[in-house]
Amino acid sequence: MTEHDILIVGGGLAGLAAALSADPALRVAVVSKVHPLRSHSVVAQGGINAALGNNPDGRDDSWEKHAFDTIKGSDYLADQDAAELLCRMAVPAILELDGWGAPFSRFPDGTIAQRPFGGAGFPRTCYAQDRTGLVLLHTLYEQCVRRGIAFYDEWLVTTLVVRDGRCLGLVAFDLGSGEVMPLRSRAVIFATGGYGRVFLRTTNAYINLGGGIGMAFRAGVPLKDMEFVQFHPTSLHGKNILISEAARGEGGYLVNNRGRRFMEDYAPKTMELAPRDILARAIQTEVDKGHGFADEYVHLDLRHLGKDKILKRLPGIRDICLNFLGLDPIDAPIPIQPAQHYSMGGIDVDVDCASPVEGFYAAGECACVSVHGANRLGGNSLLEAVVFGKIAGASASRYVKGGSPPAAAERAVDEESRRFRDRLAEIRRRDSGENVFGLFNRLKAVMSENAGIFRTEKPLGRAREEIRALRDAAPKAYIYGSIGKYCQELLILAEFGYMLDVAEAIVQGALLREETRGSHYRRDFPVRLDDHWLKHTIVAWTERGLETSYRPVKTDKYKPQERKY
Amino acid sequence: MAKTFKILRFDPVRDANPHFQEFLHDPKPTDSILEALKDIRDRQDPSLAFRYSCREAVCGSCGLTVNGKICLACKEIVGRIEADLIVVEPLPNFEIQKDLVVDLAPFWEAYRHIEPYLQPEGEAPPGGHRVAEEKMEKVYQNITCILCACCYAACPVASRDGRYLGPAALAKLYRFVRDPRDRRPFESLAKVDSPTGVWGCDTVFRCNDVCPKSVRPADGIEGLRRTLVARRTKRLFKGKR
Repeated sequence: MTEHDILIVGGGLAGLAAALSADPALRVAVVSKVHPLRSHSVVAQGGINAALGNNPDGRDDSWEKHAFDTIKGSDYLADQDAAELLCRMAVPAILELDGWGAPFSRFPDGTIAQRPFGGAGFPRTCYAQDRTGLVLLHTLYEQCVRRGIAFYDEWLVTTLVVRDGRCLGLVAFDLGSGEVMPLRSRAVIFATGGYGRVFLRTTNAYINLGGGIGMAFRAGVPLKDMEFVQFHPTSLHGKNILISEAARGEGGYLVNNRGRRFMEDYAPKTMELAPRDILARAIQTEVDKGHGFADEYVHLDLRHLGKDKILKRLPGIRDICLNFLGLDPIDAPIPIQPAQHYSMGGIDVDVDCASPVEGFYAAGECACVSVHGANRLGGNSLLEAVVFGKIAGASASRYVKGGSPPAAAERAVDEESRRFRDRLAEIRRRDSGENVFGLFNRLKAVMSENAGIFRTEKPLGRAREEIRALRDAAPKAYIYGSIGKYCQELLILAEFGYMLDVAEAIVQGALLREETRGSHYRRDFPVRLDDHWLKHTIVAWTERGLETSYRPVKTDKYKPQERKY
Repeated sequence: MAKTFKILRFDPVRDANPHFQEFLHDPKPTDSILEALKDIRDRQDPSLAFRYSCREAVCGSCGLTVNGKICLACKEIVGRIEADLIVVEPLPNFEIQKDLVVDLAPFWEAYRHIEPYLQPEGEAPPGGHRVAEEKMEKVYQNITCILCACCYAACPVASRDGRYLGPAALAKLYRFVRDPRDRRPFESLAKVDSPTGVWGCDTVFRCNDVCPKSVRPADGIEGLRRTLVARRTKRLFKGKR
């Protein structure tokens, strides 16, 4: 059996940052179900925050102000020490990326350019046109090539192996060979991304199923704050492809069917640059009031920015509109609607990215440190991936060097890979079953209908019932083709059970949290209740079902205030 | 309106040779070929294998051939195809693994060969590199490359000579050559100074035609040729750099 010191699952920004910061003397490898450059990080457009103070309007910026904006944006659910760590490490992280060749856009003086973003007191979002995720992912991958990091491309991890509270390795399906592979490792870092595809309308890539989060959950790692799901205000109507916050950062307007900039009614001070939770609710409210178009969308108008600015700063967005809608934002407003975008909650880890399971770490969107609390600010997710990916690599390295190899790891990993092989053999022996894609499509509809932007008790309860019904159907899932090389059916089938876990954790957290905070809006409990609810939701998987407990938020520095924009 | 999707199928476990299979499917005119393939898979045949990820033309997963055109499946919109028959095949110039999935190993090997990473001189100055705006903008044509391998699939030289590095890898190298922060030694550039490198290009510009991101890889190859000639000449008269 192949043995490693550190296995990193996921080749997006967080995974690659972890690989680069891990001790080069250790045996490190990245396992990814797609080629790393196909990871969802590549889709990020608008930018990455750091208080560089390069913008003439941002000279007075500082990492402390960045931290305050992040905490306020989180509706005070972020742990303040974690948010401070994120923002303190932002400036050196950007300079390191620049030194590695990231082609950030520049100001006339040659410094890294910075644009305004929602919820931020100063223009501090660094960018490369509107392709920031693409260039950062490529830059990190290039550095991995330079360093000779080992990759298992197109290996789908199916099981996290944990015995007696200690992580021992993984089981994976190698799509290229069609074999089930046991992988022993002293430490494992999950950088598996978000769960966007649990919802019907999402900006996320097709591959963002959330399997990693569910896998950790099943292996005994608790999840934190799962009810906090970010809905991005501006996704392309129908396709739900992201239209970056950069479009508003550069000056775009949101307009309803009466030709009015309706944000005046919701966030008069910041208008289109209010945080995403407020914007998404405002847009949905306008549509629900009959102020939208076709009862589905509003307009994002960029026309007044002019052709030159659109071509120079937002060329990717223009390409998306031209290609997918046949519409040029230079001449016409963009039809937009809110869609699921980001997972604030995730695998419960501390500021070292360590989980309660020894040797198991998580970073990036799959993890919850928590820095985003109840609502993430734009430009903070790439930053979180880079900063905490790096921390995870260092933490796992320290752990491996400081400890001794676990006993009987090989047997446990073998046992789990046999279990997965048996499951495949059982499917092969049958000659029919449920179409897993059909089950998957049902789950998505249930979540979008019942656990979306606006929530109430009854629909949430319905969602929980539906998820449980799907759980009964899931074991009957069938593989129609041969189980071998590039059995792409497995990409859904192996993760579907974990997706149900993730969905149930979201719904459970949302049902129990009888208040409104950040992205979690309860129509039946429309106010924030700090006295009772200023706390993290922790949910654990047990044989009896989901068990929920709560943990205080670290609020040492800033007292929670009413959030006004 | 329903269309016939004629899709190349190959299952390495069950089939001796690839063959076509037809599916009748009624997509929305705004659907992409990728969405159509997903619907066919979800409703008609879950065993259909194809790569996908972002569905917005930035991850480079879904390159294939639609009615003879090399393209990204997610970017090709059904309503813009007039024919009632839509023939979907894998990318040419690569070995088929299963259905529409091909082995991209030669493509990634070429990518690694050109040393695809910034090679600066010494440490970056404190506060970061100062780079003129116009100079950074010059690399933007090349950084939009998503390494989807459409250009490699379309390249007649790669088709007849598996050792040829292909358009994407060479264009990637040109991205670094144009970056004012890069100071790679001549030896690094010399790795492509050969008939399997920049001099192999037939300049028929098939790569420029098929590139879904308008990278114009052939411009990069042309630029590298000029750079190489200039650097060689300079070395002849001035000694090394």
